[in-house]
Amino acid sequence: MSWTLFLQHLANGIALGFVFGLVAIGYTLVYGVVKLVNFAHGDIFMMACFFVYYGITLFSFPWWLSFVFAVFLTALLGISIEKVAYKPLRDAPRISSLCSAIGMSFLLENFATVVFGGRQKAFYQPQVLNKTLNIGEIRIQLVTIVTIVVSIAALLFLNYLVYKTKMGLAMRALSHDFDTARLMGINVDRTITFTFAVGSSLAAISAIFWALRYPQIWPFMGVFPGWRAFTAAIIGGVGSIKGAMTGGFLIGMISIMLVAFLPDLAGYRDAFIFMMLVFVLLFRPTGLFGEA
Amino acid sequence: MYRKKSFWFTVFFVVIFFLFIQYAQTHFDAYIIRIMNVAAIYVILGVSLNLINGFTGQFSLGHAGFMAIGAYASALLYMSPELKVMNFFIKPLIWPLNQIQIPFFPALLIGGLLAACAGFLVGAPCMRVKGDYLAIVTYGFSEIIRVLFNNLQSITNGPLGLKGLPTYTNLWWSWGWAIFTIFFIKRLIDSSYGRALKAIRDNEEAAEAMGVNLFRHKTLAFVVGAFFAGIAGGLLGSLVMTIDPNAFNIMLTFQIVLIVLLGGLGSITGTVISGVLIAFLMEWLRIVETPMKIFGFTIPGISGMRMLIFSVILMIAVLFFRHGILGDREFSWESIFSIFKKRDSMEGE
Amino acid sequence: MKWFIPLFLVASLVFAAEPIVIGVYEPMTGPYAAGGQMTMEGVYLAHEQVKEVLGRPIQLVLVDNKSDKVEASNAVARLIEYHKAVAIIGSYGSAVAIPGSEVANKLGVPMVGCSPTNPLVTLGKPFAFRVCFIDPFQGTVMAQFAVEKLGAKTAVVIQDIASDYSVGLSHYFQEAFKKLTKNNKSVLGVISYQTGDQDFTAQLTFANSKNPDVIFIPAAAYGEAALIIKQARELGMKQIFLGGDTWEAPEFLQVGGKAVEGSYFSTHFDTEATTTPKAAQFIKSFREKYGKDPSAFAALGYDAYMLVVDAIMRAGKPDPKAIKDALASTKNFEGATGYITLDQNGDAIKDAVIRVVKDGKFVYVTTVRPTE
Repeated sequence: MSWTLFLQHLANGIALGFVFGLVAIGYTLVYGVVKLVNFAHGDIFMMACFFVYYGITLFSFPWWLSFVFAVFLTALLGISIEKVAYKPLRDAPRISSLCSAIGMSFLLENFATVVFGGRQKAFYQPQVLNKTLNIGEIRIQLVTIVTIVVSIAALLFLNYLVYKTKMGLAMRALSHDFDTARLMGINVDRTITFTFAVGSSLAAISAIFWALRYPQIWPFMGVFPGWRAFTAAIIGGVGSIKGAMTGGFLIGMISIMLVAFLPDLAGYRDAFIFMMLVFVLLFRPTGLFGEA
Repeated sequence: MYRKKSFWFTVFFVVIFFLFIQYAQTHFDAYIIRIMNVAAIYVILGVSLNLINGFTGQFSLGHAGFMAIGAYASALLYMSPELKVMNFFIKPLIWPLNQIQIPFFPALLIGGLLAACAGFLVGAPCMRVKGDYLAIVTYGFSEIIRVLFNNLQSITNGPLGLKGLPTYTNLWWSWGWAIFTIFFIKRLIDSSYGRALKAIRDNEEAAEAMGVNLFRHKTLAFVVGAFFAGIAGGLLGSLVMTIDPNAFNIMLTFQIVLIVLLGGLGSITGTVISGVLIAFLMEWLRIVETPMKIFGFTIPGISGMRMLIFSVILMIAVLFFRHGILGDREFSWESIFSIFKKRDSMEGE
Repeated sequence: MKWFIPLFLVASLVFAAEPIVIGVYEPMTGPYAAGGQMTMEGVYLAHEQVKEVLGRPIQLVLVDNKSDKVEASNAVARLIEYHKAVAIIGSYGSAVAIPGSEVANKLGVPMVGCSPTNPLVTLGKPFAFRVCFIDPFQGTVMAQFAVEKLGAKTAVVIQDIASDYSVGLSHYFQEAFKKLTKNNKSVLGVISYQTGDQDFTAQLTFANSKNPDVIFIPAAAYGEAALIIKQARELGMKQIFLGGDTWEAPEFLQVGGKAVEGSYFSTHFDTEATTTPKAAQFIKSFREKYGKDPSAFAALGYDAYMLVVDAIMRAGKPDPKAIKDALASTKNFEGATGYITLDQNGDAIKDAVIRVVKDGKFVYVTTVRPTE
């Protein structure tokens, strides 16, 4: 393998790694605070893409306004899903809320199929972002650079939010114990609503950058990134934001590098990713950065 | 006395049920028979997953993988060599699989046993990995199976799958296995093993302190659950007549999880009811997708409506009947007797 | 003639009670939804034009197979057992057409496939037929076009390892390409991805390092094909891309945009290259009804319906067995996609059309005839 070829693969790997990482940090935030595997996260992600799509086609918003509008709507959607599907089950056994999450995921997918139609649709690509950069012989998309910047910004923002603000303190308290947090005078409902709002906005942001890179949207588009994000969150350790980013990055890098170095085994790629997962968990049962 | 009475009631009920099956097999039309077969397979899957998820409290998402193993192993054994040649037209099947053909029942059993071996492999890490981590490991396992089956073309025919499988599955096979599964798992639950499993579910540390061997019991649940999932996979393959790796995806597992949830975690009776209910409901709901005439207005059928209504029903069930149809209660003859008893005594007053 | 109308009304009232049911199972939702919906446009048009046969009305019953195998076999069983269909039409996507044809064959009701091209749809099933060509032919056509018209000497194949269509077509293309270039090493590499993947940069960087003349992408989903080509152009790749009949969807052009310009694919029908008088009539009425040009899938749906009606007419009675015999003896049936003759397997022997993407449209290039 020549040096340029390797660098191109590396660039591809970094690009994909950051896309997965961005999806994973939104996933892990809700997961860490509420201790709920939000199976519907991928579908909230999907809905965000359709909000953008209809913002542009139906209301003829300019693309940037449409993005903002979608992030806002998705946050609202996330909050209402929490109110309807998760809040009533907060004191029920854990498994009930898992089921509720699976059911919500089904509901959103089927709702989208009936209302938006099952066919793949093209996602709008603004000319400004649709550029290729040449660095030597390596080619990188402008969108990729923006994605990396946004991911790092999101990571820093979340770190600030969780460790430096009062709300963050409440979130961390919740992640340990709901009842104790309530006794300490934390408004549990408000904190959870806030967490869902932030988590869903992050889902929307990651969805937009995903769709800018892979511009086709359909009702089941969230399934694949959703599972990848879940896997990344688990590899990184439940609730660890930097862990989720690392997990997503690892998955992206391995996906590319396996195909690069072992092209004959490209078909086995997903098996390798899950083998890696199993090994990480066997040696560190709570993930790379997780607490016991 | 009740025990003896219950035993004879059960025998009587099973005999009546199989008479009904015999009648259904010969008199009902193929469409209803097909749904009844699917219902039986759902029952096997639901009850076996309930053993792992409901009774032992290990959240497993690996059922589709066990099914795939059972379906492929049995199909490769009961297919005729000519059929194999026809199927494997891109890459030939490896020796000795291409020569072997054995009857349906032993093929099914071997499929189940291989799935049980896989169950052991998946159950083993249970000792270290728990909760959501376990869920993702089991999901990973079923994905690995799917990827391997897609790639190992000379054994599984890859994504082309196995086609034109002979249809051995009939109501006798499917409901016979379903009844067997119910009885087997019921006996297991009522034995000392079952009490140990429930103890693990309720409090793992306490169970261990009481001297329950965690490793042995957890893997036991996985092995038994996987065995029946493998059998169900074999039955499903022979019913649908075509299998391929991608049919055994996470959606299938979710469907089984939903059956268990609707029925109630830790209730075999509930799982049986919900398995049958879902099989029929999914077909019945097709009505909403065909054009309807109501008061002279024609409402065109909307594709996907059926699944939307299904998911709404599901959400309602999860939110308002959060313990499923029966919670963790079970059907028993005693409860039936006691109803009659009460009535008798009331009438006596 | 005025007396004729009331008589006709009476007659239709008498027979209205007993319609002949033709069942359709198509993917209206799920990953193949676009194909199923395009096919149904043609089927509905055909049903509008021919509403009765043997003096009895035809009732068209559509059941969605959700692009799912188990659903597909349930759908066909339902059509036959519950709706009492005498013949079945469907389905887009070989993966779902095959379980359907198994059930139809077992229950002894003829099935006519519109566009499933995998050989196994009809192989060994006397009750299964189709109005399209099959993949061994399609793969050969594309290889022939690449070698003879584009002068390609080397190729790389990027296949979807989780799709039967993709793996099958990839296999036939490779065989034909090696034979035509008389070079066993002319296929420089085969690299796989999985259904649902959106990032193909690794596969493409690999393909680019081999520097082939053409890259063949037998993707089962047009969106994935469009993304592959788009990402290839972003990586600065200049190769010509070739594909199969699944590419034909308006969304392929929307997702791919400028990147897919100059890519070739094989398909069943083109409004520019019709071979039958019926085709012109079909195109005209299709444009009137939908205000756009018909896709190949719509044309095949139209043909499948018309062929079934024709077979019922030839059979003289709505009896599945008789219809099957009539279908098996189909010779030179005039359809929109060409004259259809069914061989001993029940497959149509037909021309393939090669199209190219030019100025954001599908444009006709050439027609390839079956050689054997």
